[in-house]
Amino acid sequence: MILLTLYLEFVKIGLFAVGGGLATIPFLADLSEKYAWFTTAELTNMIAVSESTPGPIGINMATYVGYTVHGVSGAIVSTIGIVTPSIIIILLIACLLKNFKDNPQVQRVFSVLRPAVTGLIAAAGFQVFQSTLFILSPSYEISQLLSYFNFPAILLFIILFIYQQKYNRHPIIVIGIAAVCGILFAF
Amino acid sequence: MKQLLDLFWTFFQIGGLTFGGGYAMLTMIQKEIVEKHAWATNDEIVDYYAIGQITPGVIAVNTATFIGYKIKGIIGGIVATAGVISPSILIITVIAAFIRNFMDYPIVVHAFSGIRVAVCVLIATAVLKLWKSNIKNRKGVIICLLVFFLVSFTSISSVYIVLAAIIFGLFFVRGATL
Repeated sequence: MILLTLYLEFVKIGLFAVGGGLATIPFLADLSEKYAWFTTAELTNMIAVSESTPGPIGINMATYVGYTVHGVSGAIVSTIGIVTPSIIIILLIACLLKNFKDNPQVQRVFSVLRPAVTGLIAAAGFQVFQSTLFILSPSYEISQLLSYFNFPAILLFIILFIYQQKYNRHPIIVIGIAAVCGILFAF
Repeated sequence: MKQLLDLFWTFFQIGGLTFGGGYAMLTMIQKEIVEKHAWATNDEIVDYYAIGQITPGVIAVNTATFIGYKIKGIIGGIVATAGVISPSILIITVIAAFIRNFMDYPIVVHAFSGIRVAVCVLIATAVLKLWKSNIKNRKGVIICLLVFFLVSFTSISSVYIVLAAIIFGLFFVRGATL
């Protein structure tokens, strides 16, 4: 019974959380109030783990919450729940798109969407840049300007970026080198 | 069958190596889907991301469903999605079951601080590739920069930006394309 509730709750989250994994967080907070399955403090911990482990954040959150509520079966049921609506919706859109791909109206829409989404992705990257390469503080003073730069991170970024531009290696190699550097130099 | 297995395994790798959300996954997708398997072009990947922004659900999953469907129909969509979510289920279950204070180990913290720098590199690389394949003229440059500044420095949700781009494309673009 609890598995069915879990499934339906996550179908709902999958249906209403528009715009990526982090959009699921307010819904999960509601869930913790509604069912007392987990506390807000536990939720914060789950967000931290979901953000830093591999895998899409929304999926990690669903698995973690599901596991906390009902073990391995809970984890599987919640995860299937959160992807059910998007599989159905995307299959419908993909089916439509296949038939209308060459429609000039659709072509025009995509000719605007492509540069717009490129800007969107650049903005998401810019946010990650800010939190990783700079040390943000609420008060800015010109005299302490240098302390806002995370120099080891910036140096590693420049080296890895040039390396990747030159050799175009598999992303896992870049991730591996960075993880080892992080451990060796205690970032 | 072999193609379905290939689809599952490719998306399993993409899911398992995605750090920092759907955007960081873009380089993995470019490498595996565009460069290695030629299952989709850079243009198509961006179209899927655009649709992923305005439809409910996790962007990484939506992209997997799209590409799976394109390669092998409905069953392909389901298999690719199963592939992309499987690593999460495995990894998170192990962490939740055995490692109570996962983020308290210094070695984990340091490794992840390093990985965050790698994520910056991967996103920068992905954006450069997209810029090369998607920005074809001055209007494209203006739209891209406008969206970048709107998202970075105002609190307008990306959902509305994508919807505005669609309306603009439908009613204000004349001729074949922009």
